[in-house]
Amino acid sequence: MDKAKMVKIYRKMLEIRFFEEKVFELYGQNLVPGTIHLYAGQEAVAVGVCENLREDDYIVSTHRGHGHCIAKGAKLDKTMAEILGKKTGYCKGKGGSMHIADFSIGMLGATAVVGAGLPIATGAGLSIKLRGTDQVVACFFGDGASNQGTFHEAINIAAIWKLPVLFVCENNLYAMGTCQTQVMLLKDIAKRASAYGIPGVSVNGNNVLDIFEVAQEAGKRARNHEGPTLIECKTYRHKGHSRFDPATYRPKEEVKAWLEQDPLHQFKKWLLEAGNVETTYLDQIEKQVITAIESAVKFAKDSPYPDPHEALEDVHAEWR
Amino acid sequence: MREITYRDALREALSEEMQKDETVFLLGEDIGRCWEGAFKVTKGLAEKFGDERVRDTPISESAIVGAAVGAAITGMHPIVEIMFGDLTTLAMDQIANQAAKIRYMFGGQVEVPLVVRTPFGGGVNIAAHHSQSLEAWFMHIPGLLVALPSTPYDAKGLLKTAIRGGDPVMFCEHKLLYPIKGLIPDEDYTVPFGVAEVRSEGKDVTIFATSFMIHKALEAARMLKKEGVSVEVMDPRTLVPLDKAKLISSVQKTGRLVIVSEGCKTAGVTAEIAAVVAEEAIDYLDAPIKRVAEPDTPIPFSPPLERYVLPNEKRIIKAVREII
Ligand SMILES: Cc1ncc(C[n+]2csc(CCOP(=O)(O)OP(=O)(O)O)c2C)c(N)n1
Ligand SMILES: [Mg+2]
Repeated sequence: MDKAKMVKIYRKMLEIRFFEEKVFELYGQNLVPGTIHLYAGQEAVAVGVCENLREDDYIVSTHRGHGHCIAKGAKLDKTMAEILGKKTGYCKGKGGSMHIADFSIGMLGATAVVGAGLPIATGAGLSIKLRGTDQVVACFFGDGASNQGTFHEAINIAAIWKLPVLFVCENNLYAMGTCQTQVMLLKDIAKRASAYGIPGVSVNGNNVLDIFEVAQEAGKRARNHEGPTLIECKTYRHKGHSRFDPATYRPKEEVKAWLEQDPLHQFKKWLLEAGNVETTYLDQIEKQVITAIESAVKFAKDSPYPDPHEALEDVHAEWR
Repeated sequence: MREITYRDALREALSEEMQKDETVFLLGEDIGRCWEGAFKVTKGLAEKFGDERVRDTPISESAIVGAAVGAAITGMHPIVEIMFGDLTTLAMDQIANQAAKIRYMFGGQVEVPLVVRTPFGGGVNIAAHHSQSLEAWFMHIPGLLVALPSTPYDAKGLLKTAIRGGDPVMFCEHKLLYPIKGLIPDEDYTVPFGVAEVRSEGKDVTIFATSFMIHKALEAARMLKKEGVSVEVMDPRTLVPLDKAKLISSVQKTGRLVIVSEGCKTAGVTAEIAAVVAEEAIDYLDAPIKRVAEPDTPIPFSPPLERYVLPNEKRIIKAVREII
C-alpha cells in the first residue's frame, strides 16, 4: 500500500470519528430529531472495506450507517443536513439518520429493519451478474442481524448463484443490550459461512489494514465470479446503542479494554511508527478534517427545513 | 383508585397474570434484565419471575412469534413483545397464516392463546421504519382480535382479558401513551373486548377515534365546546370485535360522524368504520362522514414533514366544522 492510500484511510477514519462527535454534540443541543446510532469505534470496518471499492460498486447500510456513507464517499454536508432533517439532505429530510442513501455513489441506502439489507445486497449482486458488469456489493450488518432468517436466506442465494457480494458482519458484541453470548452458541459468526459453502473470515475489526486485506481478497473473488464471502469484523461501539443508552450492561473492564484498542489511535500509531508518516502531516490532516466538518455543520444548520407539503411527494414514480 | 402510567398499568397486568398462571410467560427482544424493554414495560419482571419466564430472544421476529404459536397450542400462554409495530411485518406469516388460522383450519380442535404486544404510531421523528400504525392489517385477518387501549385503565384491563382468553390478540400500544397517567382500581378487574366507551358525551357530532388519537379528539372536543359545538367522543377500545351497536346509537343521536385514526387512509381503520355506518345507519346521517387519517405516504423523518402527515386536533376540528 502506498503512502497516499494509507493517509487517505486515516483521513476517512478521522472524518467519521469527528463527524460522529459532532452529531453527538448537536443532538445534545436539540438539533437532531429522533434518535442516533453512532459509528464511533467501528471506523476501521467501513473504511477498510470501502477502500477496496470503486465508485460504481455498491454498499448496503444499517441504522448505524453514518460511517458507511462517509467511507463510500458521501458528502459530509448533505449527510449532516439529512441527519438534521433539512431539505438539502440526501433524502430531502424524508429519511434521517437511519435512512441515508446516495445512489450517485452506489450507496444503496440504510435500512432500520435489522437484517433487511442482506437480501437487497444479494439482489444488487444478481443485477450485476445479469448486467454482466464487474461491480461488487458490500453489505454491512450487525451481530444481531445475523440471527434473522434473512441472513441465512440471502447468503445461501448469493452462494448458489455465485453473486459478487461481501457480507460484512460488524460484530460489536451487542445488539442493544443483548450480548452475543446470550443469543448464539458460536463464537465466530464467520463460521456460519461453511453452512452455505462459502469462505468465512473472522478479522480484528479494529485493525484497518487487516480488514483492508481481507476485503481485498473477497473483492477479487467476487469480481472473478467466484461468489460471496462472509467477513466478520470483531469490533466495539464506543457509545451506547442509541443516544440515551448508558450501556450499563457492558462490564467496565470490557469497555476499558476495547477503548484501549481504539482503531483510529492504533492506526495513527502504526502510521507514525511503521508507515513513516510525519506527525506534522497528520496534524495538518486533522485540521483539514475539522474544517470540513465545521463547514458541513454550518451548511446543515443554515439549510431550510422542507416545506410540509413535500411530505406528499416521491411516493410513486412518474408515469411513462 | 390509584394514578399510574400506561406503561406501569401494562406491567401490572403482565405481573399479576404471571403470578396467577404459571403457563403465562414473556418473550421478546431486550425485554430481560439488560434492557427491560425498549419502552421499559417489562422493567423488573425478569428479576421477579426469572429469565425462564421473561425470555430475551435473538432478533428473529418470525421465529419469536412462531415459537409463541407453538407454545400456545401445547398448553402455554405466551406473550410476545415486538419492539416496534412496524416489525410485526417480519412475523406476518406466523401472525396471519398460522396464529390466526390454526383454530379454524383444524376444525376447532385447539385454541391459540397468544398475545402480541407492540407499539405503533408516529410523533417521535424516527421515520418510515419505526412509526407506522398497521392495526388495519390485523383487522383484515379473520381469527385475530385487535385491541388498542388509550388509557392506563384500559391498558391493564384489556391486557388481562387478552391473556385470559383463548385467541391470538394483536395488542396495539402507542409510543406516546406510555408516560400518560390515569386512575385504576386497586382490586383485580378486566375490561371486556367489544365494548366501546364514550369518553365525552355530546349531541352534535360523534368523533370515533382510536389509541393516541382519543386524546387528540378530546382536545378537539374541548375547543369545540367553547364554540358551542357538543361533541361525543367514542373509543372502541377493541377494533375486533367492534362495538357496532354503541357506534350506531351515537350516530343516531348526533347524525354526524368524524372518524380519526393514525395509519393511512386508504383501506384503513377509518374506511372500515365509515363502511359500517354507511351500511347500517346511513338514514341517520345528516352530513357526509369525514375521515381524519394519514395521507397515503410512508411516515417522513423531518419534523415539519411528520407533523404534516399525522392527524392532530386542528385537523379534527376542521373536519367537524366542515359538516356542522
Ligand atoms: C427487525 C428489527 N428488529 C428489531 C429492531 C430494533 N433494533 C434496532 S437496532 C437493534 C440491534 C441491532 O443489533 P446489531 O445487528 O448487532 O447492530 P448494532 O446496533 O450493534 O450495530 C434492534 C434490536 C429493528 N430495528 N429491526
Ligand atoms: Mg451489534
